Amino acid sequence: MKTVFPRLRRPLLALALAGLGATALADINVGVSVSATGPAASLGIPEKNTVALVSTTMAGQKVNYILLDDASDTTAAVKNAKKLISENKVDLIIGSTTSPNSLAMIDAVAEGETPLISMAASSRIVEPMDDKRKWVFKVAQNDAHMATAIVEHMTNNNVQTVAYIGFADAYGEGWWNEFSKIAEARKIKIVASERFTRSDTSVTGQILKIMATKPDAVLVGGAGTPAALPQKSLKEKGYKGLMYQTHGVANMDFMRVCGKDCEGTFLPAGPVLVADQLPAEHPLKKPAMDYTGRYEKLYGKGSATTFGAHVWDAAVLLESALPAALKKAQPGSREFRVALRESLENVRNQPASHGVFNMSANDHLGFDQRARVMVKIENGGWKLVK
Amino acid sequence: MDAQIFLLLGQDGLINGAIYALLALALVLIFAVTRVIFIPQGEFVAFGALTLASLQAGKVPGTVSLLIGAGIVVTLLEAAQAIRAGKLRKLPAVFLINLGIPLSLGGFVFAVPGDHLPLAAQVLLALLLVVPLGPMLYRMVYQPLASAPVLVLLIVSVAVHLALLGLGLLFFGAEGFRTEPFTDFSFELAGAPLQGQTILVVVVSAVLIGALYFFFERTIYGKALRATALNRTGARLMGIPPVLAGKLSFTLAAAIGAMSGILIAPITTLSYDSGFLIGLKGFVGAIIGGLASYPVAALGAVLVGLLESYSSFWASAYKESIVFTMIIPVLLWRSLTTRHMEEEE
Repeated sequence: MKTVFPRLRRPLLALALAGLGATALADINVGVSVSATGPAASLGIPEKNTVALVSTTMAGQKVNYILLDDASDTTAAVKNAKKLISENKVDLIIGSTTSPNSLAMIDAVAEGETPLISMAASSRIVEPMDDKRKWVFKVAQNDAHMATAIVEHMTNNNVQTVAYIGFADAYGEGWWNEFSKIAEARKIKIVASERFTRSDTSVTGQILKIMATKPDAVLVGGAGTPAALPQKSLKEKGYKGLMYQTHGVANMDFMRVCGKDCEGTFLPAGPVLVADQLPAEHPLKKPAMDYTGRYEKLYGKGSATTFGAHVWDAAVLLESALPAALKKAQPGSREFRVALRESLENVRNQPASHGVFNMSANDHLGFDQRARVMVKIENGGWKLVK
Repeated sequence: MDAQIFLLLGQDGLINGAIYALLALALVLIFAVTRVIFIPQGEFVAFGALTLASLQAGKVPGTVSLLIGAGIVVTLLEAAQAIRAGKLRKLPAVFLINLGIPLSLGGFVFAVPGDHLPLAAQVLLALLLVVPLGPMLYRMVYQPLASAPVLVLLIVSVAVHLALLGLGLLFFGAEGFRTEPFTDFSFELAGAPLQGQTILVVVVSAVLIGALYFFFERTIYGKALRATALNRTGARLMGIPPVLAGKLSFTLAAAIGAMSGILIAPITTLSYDSGFLIGLKGFVGAIIGGLASYPVAALGAVLVGLLESYSSFWASAYKESIVFTMIIPVLLWRSLTTRHMEEEE
C-alpha cells in the first residue's frame, strides 16, 4: 500500500470517511447502561429486558440501542458513559438504575455534552439545576413524591405515631430524610428509627425495639425481597398496626417471599403497577397498558414491573423530543445533542407509563401527583386504593 | 429493656451464633488441613438454600449444570493425569465417579419434578447436588496449588468467591427466596414465643458439632485429617495422601455450608449474594479461635451472634461495624499473647 497509487491515497481516505459519516448520520444511537448484575440486579434485569421492546424507529429514523451492564458499580457506570460517548458516539444515554451510579455519571455526560436520562430515584440527580445537571433528565419519581403519598395516607387514617426501619444504605437514608421531614411537618410523631442491611438474616433486635414503642404504623424503607424480613418478623412478634412499604418492593418476587404476612400492606407506586385498574379516563391508562401488555407478551404473565417501565418512559421521552431536534441538526453531531437537550427540556404534557412529563429548564423530571398512586396488597396482588 | 426482650435477643443471638459456629468450624478445618482461607464458604450456604428453594418451586436448580460442568472438567483433569501416569485401568472409575454421578443426579432432577418429592428427599437431593462441588472445587483449583504460599491461596479464594457469586446470579436470579418451614410447631417459653424451626437450627447445629467431634476423635479418616493439620509432611510419611485429606476437608466444609443454608432458609430471605456476609461472620469466629482451635472458634462464633443481636437492638445502624470491629482487639490480643511463627515456604 505504501508506494502503490500514492496520489490516490488521500481521495480514498476522504471517500471512506464520507461513507462512515453517511451511515452515522442516518441512525440515532442510544447508549443504555443498567445494573443488570450486582446488588441492584433485581431492578436492572427488567430494565435490560425492556430495551428489547422499545421502538427502533422514531420520527422516521432508525434508532440503535447499545446496551451495557454497570454491575451496580459507580466506577463501571462512569466508564460505560465515557465509552458510549467516545467510542459509540451516542446521541443520548439512558442510565443508570441506581442513584449513586446516576450521580457518578453526571460529570462524564456534561463533559461529553451528551444528554442523560436517569431511572433512579434521588432528587439530587437533577437538583439543584446547574451547568452540569442541565444535561441530565430523570424519569423516576423522587422519593419526596412517594413519601408525601405515604404521609397523606397516614394522616387520613389517623396515624399519630410511626416507626421507621430502613436499609442501612443510600436507599434507606434517602427515605428516612424525606419521610422524617414530611411526617414532622404533618404532626406525625416518629417513635423509632432503625436500620438493617439487605443481607441480614435476622432483625429481631430492631423489631423488639419498635414493638416496645407501640407505634400506630410501621414504614419499611427497603427494596426487593430483603424488605420482607422486617414485616415477617413484626407479624411473628404479634404486631397488629398498619404496615407501609416503599415503591422499591413493587415486584412479584417480594410478593412471593412475603406471602400471607404482607396482606393489607400499603405502598406508593407508579400507576403502571395497577395499569389495568386505572379508570378509563386516566391519562396514563393507555401508555401503561401498552407497556405491560408488550412486556408480558414477551416475558410471561405478571412479569412486568415498575422498574422496567422507566426505560419505556425514557424512550417515550426521546420519541417526543426527537422531531424538534432533527429539524435543527443531523444525529451524530454535537449540534444534534445540544438540540436534543433543548428539545427534551421542552417536552410538555407527554403521558408515559409512570406519569405525565412537563419538563422545564428548572424541572428535569416534570412529574406531578398523577405520577403516583397508593396501592394495597390484597389476595397476593396489587389493589389500587381509591 | 426488660427481661423478656433480653431473653428474646439472647435466643436470636444463639440461633445466628449456631450457624456462624458451624461455618467457623468448617473454615478452621479447611485452613488447618490445606492452609486455604476459604472465602467461598458462604456461597455454599447460599447454594444449599437456593437449590432447595428451586427444587420446591418445581424448577431444575442451576447447580445441576454447575455440577455437570465441574464434573466434566474434573474428569478431563483426572483422565489426563491417569493417561500420563500410564494407569489406564483407573479410567473407568474416573469417568463413573466424576461424570456418571453428576449426570445421573441431573437426569433424576430432570425426570422427577422437585415439588412432588417429600421434604426429606428434597433436602437430601439439594445436599447431593451441592456437596460434591466442594471436592470438585478442590480438585480443579486448589490441588494444583497445594504447595503455594498462604497468600496465593487466599487470592485464589477471592477469585473463586467472585466466580461462584457470578454463577449464583446466573442460576438463581437476583431475587431472594424462602423455603417452606420444616415444622409449624411453636410454644411459649418464659412468656416468649419460640418457633420449632429455630429450635431445629440449634439442635441440628449441636448434633453436627457433636458428629464432627466424634469424626475427629474416633474415626480413622478424622484422625488422618488431624494428623495432616498437625504436620503435613509427617502425615504424608505415615501414608496419608494429602489429596485425600484436602478432598475430605472440602467435602465436609461444603456439607456444613449447604446444611447451614438449608437450616436457615425457612426463617430468613436468602439471595445469591447473602452467603458472603454470613460466611464472613463465621470467619470472625474462626479468627477468635486463631484459625486453629475448634472449641474457641465455635464459642467465638456464638459470641459474634450474641453481639450482633444485642447491638441490633441498641444501635442497629452500626451493627455490622460493631461486629467486625471486634476483630481488632482480638487480633491485638492474639498478637501480644502468642508467639508469631514464620510460615514455612
